[in-house]
Amino acid sequence: MNLEAVRAIYLFEMSRTFRTIWQSIVSPVISTSLYFVVFGAAIGSRIDQVEGVSYGAFIVPGLIMLSVLVQSVTNASFGIYFPKFIGTIYELLSAPASFLEITAGYVLAAATKSLMIGVIILLTAFFFVDLRIEHPLWMVSFLVLTCLSFSLFGFIIGIWAQNFEQLQLVPLLVVTPLVFLGGSFYSISMLPPVWQTITLFNPVVYLVSGFRWSFFGMSDVGLGWSLLAILAFTAICLATIWWIFRTGYRIRS
Amino acid sequence: MAPVVSVTGLVKTYASGFVALNDVSLNIEEGEILALLGPNGAGKTTLISTICGITTPSAGRVSVGGHDTIRDYRAARKLIGLVPQEINLEPFEKVLNTVRFSRGLFGKPRDDAHLERVLRQLSLWDKKDAKVIELSGGMKRRVLIAKALSHEPRVLFLDEPTAGVDVELRKDLWETVRRLKAEGVTIILTTHYIEEAEAIADRIAVISKGDILLVEEKAALMRRLGRKQMVIELQAPIDAVPEALAHHALETGPDADTLIYTYDTQRERTGITRLLNEIQAAGLQLRDVQTRQSSLEEIFVGLVQEEERG
Ligand SMILES: Nc1ncnc2c1ncn2[C@@H]1O[C@H](COP(=O)(O)OP(=O)(O)OP(=O)(O)O)[C@@H](O)[C@H]1O
Ligand SMILES: [Mg+2]
Repeated sequence: MNLEAVRAIYLFEMSRTFRTIWQSIVSPVISTSLYFVVFGAAIGSRIDQVEGVSYGAFIVPGLIMLSVLVQSVTNASFGIYFPKFIGTIYELLSAPASFLEITAGYVLAAATKSLMIGVIILLTAFFFVDLRIEHPLWMVSFLVLTCLSFSLFGFIIGIWAQNFEQLQLVPLLVVTPLVFLGGSFYSISMLPPVWQTITLFNPVVYLVSGFRWSFFGMSDVGLGWSLLAILAFTAICLATIWWIFRTGYRIRS
Repeated sequence: MAPVVSVTGLVKTYASGFVALNDVSLNIEEGEILALLGPNGAGKTTLISTICGITTPSAGRVSVGGHDTIRDYRAARKLIGLVPQEINLEPFEKVLNTVRFSRGLFGKPRDDAHLERVLRQLSLWDKKDAKVIELSGGMKRRVLIAKALSHEPRVLFLDEPTAGVDVELRKDLWETVRRLKAEGVTIILTTHYIEEAEAIADRIAVISKGDILLVEEKAALMRRLGRKQMVIELQAPIDAVPEALAHHALETGPDADTLIYTYDTQRERTGITRLLNEIQAAGLQLRDVQTRQSSLEEIFVGLVQEEERG
């Protein structure tokens, strides 16, 4: 194992994050606060409770998931797209590092950044609503796993993308809708039965559900399903990345 | 001794179907400086990229330090430093961090003393905290070199290191190359300029259209190719080379008032003094004299034609 390479990539990426730390942190904090104002205060005053939890608190896990998913995909895709774009990828391709090591460096760095943002949003939420976290360990595990798996997904997007439009396409057209339709702001049981079934094909439902369970002890789908879904998603991403490096898809001519 | 880089039957066909390397075989000896000469599009960068793992070979094998570059890529790539032709650098990162990154990427533990040595040798130490984007083009190229040297490679590829580099830096660069050679590093560099190859290389390989046309000791090649011509313009046209000068292997030029003398720069005596004296003695008046070295282009044309004739 070339752990030095993992470390080097990780530190290099984190140094990029810290160069732009203010915009990395300020913008999610502001947008989350806006969500609280709009959803928590405006809508929450009409729907006061969902299954015994105040609406303001109910949306917190979904809000965190929304930011963490979008951030993970954006950070990781940009992280690997940028070297492709400016040509520094030559160094990665000629380095004595395996696909696992290169991926680990980039994905860990992207996941660290979105984890930081997730935590910051959680702290912000405490200012707005009364929150309890029933299963803190599970909460952290879900958060970390989500950061990792969606950073993996973002890494794939970054390799696939051939221009900036494509780079933004997936977070915008795929991730955000899936999160909004994934029960971030409502319980699936509020939907008509047909939509409840359709929703079960949305992987984000399992994440949000499991994550919300770790807060309030209630969920739309079983905890086991949530875990299974996130692990399966991670495995698919890993397999795809392995294939990418083996074939050189869009990185090695 | 086994060659440090061994390329056998290497073929590279790009996705477009273009064959950039056409069955290339080449051995590079430990500790030598090999200059890879060739016109634009000859396949120099493709050859280097394939050895370094940036492009995948379509057929053939490459080994570095005895390690196959595909099966045993870790061991092979650890030995290689690459200075690419294009200036590809992370613009907003500090010089020192960029160089430190390269060392780590190649699996070497952090060693700031070594990095300082490298940066000092390349006159970059006072720029270590500058962002790459704040550097001049020549400095950026030196950062690329520092990155390649950061992990102490045994084989160094320099892809057109002198493109866009001023005279001063060029001198420094050759000094660095000589010092590395003295430390036992094998160096492969590409260039368009035969004078550069002449100044620094032990052996010269000429590549054109994806074929290696020759690999030869520099001294031998220079004997063969290092010809110069002296063009002598006369005040008045002449019909033929005067009898008294016949033994000089002179030709008349395209105009009747020029004589062309071809000589070998590597010979101890070029015969110029005697020729000029005898021209004067023959009563011919000179208007102008110029010399020109056979250009790389002419050498290529010559080589390719030779090749075609078999
Ligand atoms: N990715 C690619 N896809 C298709 N063709 C390519 C690709 N890269 C290079 N080529 C072609 O392969 C040939 C060799 O290119 P290469 O860059 O190796 O030349 P070179 O000898 O380094 O030239 P130069 O002196 O201009 O740097 C050229 O005809 C080039 O157009
Ligand atoms: Mg080139």
